[in-house]
Amino acid sequence: MGVNNTIVRLTARSMLGGRRLYLLAGLAALLLALALLLRLFADVSATDSAEFIQAVSLGTLLPLFGLIVGTGTIGPEIDDGSVVYLLAKPVSRHVIVRSKLAVAVTTTVTFAAVPTFLAGLIMVGDRAGIALAYGIGALVAGIVYSALFLLLAVATRHAVIFGLVYALIWESLVGTFVPGARTLSVQQWALSVAESIASPGVITADVSLGVALTLAAVVFVAATWYAGERLRVLTLAGDD
Amino acid sequence: MQPPSDPSSASSSASSSASSSGLSSGPSPTGVIHDIGYRGYDGPRLGRRAVARALFVHSLRGVFGIGRSAKSKVLPVGLSVIMCVPALVLAVVTVIGAGRGLLDDVPLDYSHYAMVLQAALAIFLATQAPQTVSLDLRFNTLPLYVSRPLERPDYVVAKYAAMTLGVFLLLAVPLLIMYVGALFAELPAGDETAEVAAALVGAAIYALVLSGLALLIASLTSRRGFGVAGIITTLVMTYAVATALQGVVGIDNDDAVTAGWLGLISPMTLVDGVQVWALGTDPATPAGPASDATGITFVLVTLAVVVGCLGLLVARYRKVRL
Repeated sequence: MGVNNTIVRLTARSMLGGRRLYLLAGLAALLLALALLLRLFADVSATDSAEFIQAVSLGTLLPLFGLIVGTGTIGPEIDDGSVVYLLAKPVSRHVIVRSKLAVAVTTTVTFAAVPTFLAGLIMVGDRAGIALAYGIGALVAGIVYSALFLLLAVATRHAVIFGLVYALIWESLVGTFVPGARTLSVQQWALSVAESIASPGVITADVSLGVALTLAAVVFVAATWYAGERLRVLTLAGDD
Repeated sequence: MQPPSDPSSASSSASSSASSSGLSSGPSPTGVIHDIGYRGYDGPRLGRRAVARALFVHSLRGVFGIGRSAKSKVLPVGLSVIMCVPALVLAVVTVIGAGRGLLDDVPLDYSHYAMVLQAALAIFLATQAPQTVSLDLRFNTLPLYVSRPLERPDYVVAKYAAMTLGVFLLLAVPLLIMYVGALFAELPAGDETAEVAAALVGAAIYALVLSGLALLIASLTSRRGFGVAGIITTLVMTYAVATALQGVVGIDNDDAVTAGWLGLISPMTLVDGVQVWALGTDPATPAGPASDATGITFVLVTLAVVVGCLGLLVARYRKVRL
């Protein structure tokens, strides 16, 4: 795999040291609190719980997390120019990207995938395999989103904006009207994985499992590799 | 900080004293302001209100990227186009559909337009609110403003007003496009006018509430990226939570009253609730406010949000160090 421990340590510290940690932990806590409230005060069937987790966690929480974490690992450094000190070290740019990605993936899994699994557990227990299904689905989505948004952060200064346009407009708005767009949606890939784990009929996805896994793997590997390539030719001169 | 009571006399006395001291302190040339013959400004000096108005106009232009670099124009202009295209399509559909007798009303309620296109609206707010306030904090330009007759609350009010008007225009123009389409389609003009008027009032409330929240979040950080993430998270996450809860409680548990109250969670559903109760529109969410008590609470909470955002912004800017 090839990661640089020092870069991992420094990235983790800048990622979890500041206010970003409160935002991430707050979002995770919010999901758990909602699950608890619904469990205590509302009578929720397994299907309704599945819909709730899908809308809040896979539909909203994970894209936001991927965006904040994926761009947050390298975006601020490129923005304020301190990335030169990192690039000046005799470390392969691909290693730098993989190290940053390792932190992003770990953070997303800790603060989004695990809470999703726990929220499922709180709401439905181990009925119909829903908790595990969404947990694994969130894991897949978290990994792919992290790689995708890290690439965006390296490729453009307006990574957050492009990420938002993809996550909000492509996945929700365009996906609703143009069914073909759903094949190219990280959310649908994750749902497809979740569908294969849960009992039949609880979760429905528009993409078959084989296609979903292939596309997710291809996007993950390609995004990671290309981010390294872009970092090799990164120009630091401010363009705006 | 006090504006000079009579600016012209103040400036002329300052220049005369500078020149006289420059002449009298001949032997020691250190620390002297030499009068090298630049002409002073003796035109009219506009006061506090004019500065605030200029800041308002400048900020409003900035919201749409006017007077800024081409790169900064891409997003606001692109999002304005994204907001208008569906309205244009709907207007054409209305004209053609009504011409063939297939439609007797606009295909999408005017009051639902903001809700349907809230993704574009949220991105607009998330990018333009930090644009409006964060840069001044980051590059420390606030001292330049308050060294003029402008007071700190004036700065806040000018920025808030500019952002609100910007968002209102973003929402109102598509509504008017749909309305014109409805008039061309010869739908009953009275009904359409009443509906679009209600939706325009709703758009103004949307603009006030959303701009207030967005500016407040943006003013807390000088890092643009963090402001963007904070605003988007607040708007999108609360909306997802509110509608998901409403779906579970209102539709699956048949408890429409509680579901109505849950609309208070998100700014979008909050304003929609106000529209439903005060303006008599159909709810764009799974459940609107069910009773008058709920409706009045929605209105009061909306007022509290607007006043609270303004108050907190003023308090925030009182603390900015110069």
